[in-house]
Amino acid sequence: MDVAGSLLSMSWYEGLVFGLVAIGVYFTFRVLSFPDLSVDGTFPLGGAIAAVLIVSGVNPFVATLGAFGGGLGAGLVTGLLNTRLRISALLAGILMMVALYSVNLRIMGRANVPLLREVTSFDMVAQILGVKSGMAVSIGFVLVVVFIFVAALNWFLRTEIGLALRATGDNEQMVRGLGADTNKTVLLGCSLSNGLVALAGALVAQNQGFSDVGMGIGMIVMGLASVIIGEGVFRPRGITSILLACLGGTFLYRLFINIALRLGMAPGDLKLITAVLVIIVLAVPYVRKKIRHEWLPPAVRW
Amino acid sequence: MSTIENQSILQLRDVTKIFARGTVDEVKALDSVNLDVYDQDFVTIIGSNGAGKSTLLNIIAGVFPPERGGKVIINGDDVTNLEEYRRAAYVGRVWQEPEVGTARKLSLEENLSLALLRARPRGLRIAINKKRRQLFCEALARLGLGLEDRLDTPAGTLSGGQRQALALVMATISRPAILLLDEHIATLDPKTAQTVLQLSDIIVKREKMTTIMVTHNMEIALRYGDRLIMMHEGRIVVDMGEADKKTLTVSDLVTAFERAAGEQFKDDTILLSPR
Repeated sequence: MDVAGSLLSMSWYEGLVFGLVAIGVYFTFRVLSFPDLSVDGTFPLGGAIAAVLIVSGVNPFVATLGAFGGGLGAGLVTGLLNTRLRISALLAGILMMVALYSVNLRIMGRANVPLLREVTSFDMVAQILGVKSGMAVSIGFVLVVVFIFVAALNWFLRTEIGLALRATGDNEQMVRGLGADTNKTVLLGCSLSNGLVALAGALVAQNQGFSDVGMGIGMIVMGLASVIIGEGVFRPRGITSILLACLGGTFLYRLFINIALRLGMAPGDLKLITAVLVIIVLAVPYVRKKIRHEWLPPAVRW
Repeated sequence: MSTIENQSILQLRDVTKIFARGTVDEVKALDSVNLDVYDQDFVTIIGSNGAGKSTLLNIIAGVFPPERGGKVIINGDDVTNLEEYRRAAYVGRVWQEPEVGTARKLSLEENLSLALLRARPRGLRIAINKKRRQLFCEALARLGLGLEDRLDTPAGTLSGGQRQALALVMATISRPAILLLDEHIATLDPKTAQTVLQLSDIIVKREKMTTIMVTHNMEIALRYGDRLIMMHEGRIVVDMGEADKKTLTVSDLVTAFERAAGEQFKDDTILLSPR
């Protein structure tokens, strides 16, 4: 395969699988206005659960769903810290992120669980289709998974419960005034968001052949970068286009990163570059206003 | 005696509310208030700043409970300790700021759909269907503001007056037992305020809503509604029905207030309408 082709197919795969993280981040940050940082812990949680289940002989598809369930549970705890104990969203997420590091180590029993000798979901799909595992199978399988979850979300966000969830981040006081318990919608949203992130963690671990306790570092910033790029480039209106913009934004972000890596950027610099990218994108509207001498509101501190 | 037309919708019994209890900032916002509001009453409440008007509405809406011993009864049900979101079935509310009553990022039909399901169990049905859209269209068309053509635009793109009109429809579309209008025209320009006020009056009469409207403006309090309540320092100091109201002028009201409050009326500029 030529360079451009391999770059593109890599980015396709990553855009889809990390797109789930972006959608999860979109859910908390944008829909709920709940800046949930537990994502950095739930991503490796998904990898850890899937890896340990697969190693102990559980069907890899079931293990992947198990990881999704684990993410739902972790998100629920973050939500409970905020709604029941009134810990600020930001701090609740950080506490969970830290706590999950130990939990993930406990689940795996060590820092890294290899899956190279195990039959993963990707191998199963290849077996069923009677082809060799490879990039095409990876993209195909992830595409199907992402399609199922995005279609389900697209439906769910239009239902009566989904609408109450979307309104919660917009105007919580109004939602309560209209008879919906915003504590419950926050719990539901946090749970779903982290479920999606853990699902992505499970898929990534299976595809790369190992689960590592450090694989979640910077996941939140990466997700945010993808969401911001998606919003900026595609200017989505409406639920379906927003979900697709998250995937598209992740694809562009990954393409950008892959090209930078190909041009010789050290992989270790990746997180710094991502952080700088997010800072630039977030700062542009402010600087633009400053240059035009427009009125500026005080800094947002959540 | 309660007949069918004269049924008590809201009863407040010995409702007291103290803020910052035990500190130097302790404030008795409501002082043993008793109030009966009957079916299809349109009550206007006036009073200076700190008289307890907003606290009264917050107690009715369930934002916070009254002190021990107080009771809030709506439609015969004791709702004293019912949380705000559970009480939404009984109470529809339009707030002072248009931003509070509507969700900015959601479209008009999504806002209305949320309001239609007030206190009904929310399920996994699609929130907006053809029948509901028809209903929203008709409800908005009756406002005469052309909003029915903008069902799918975000509420944040509407002007303050339009958002307040939308909030009004949202507060009444599922017919709660009581409608609370919490100085809902205070932030609008005079002309828009007039329009929203007239719309409120039309909707209240057409839907036969039992309504409590808080206002700073004596003129408005006299002109609208069929019962007038004046509050002062957490107590109801004047409570008059339609017959008394009709012949009343703003200066009568000031006199009544002075007598009831038992002190010289110091800051009447707040209460009198700027003409």
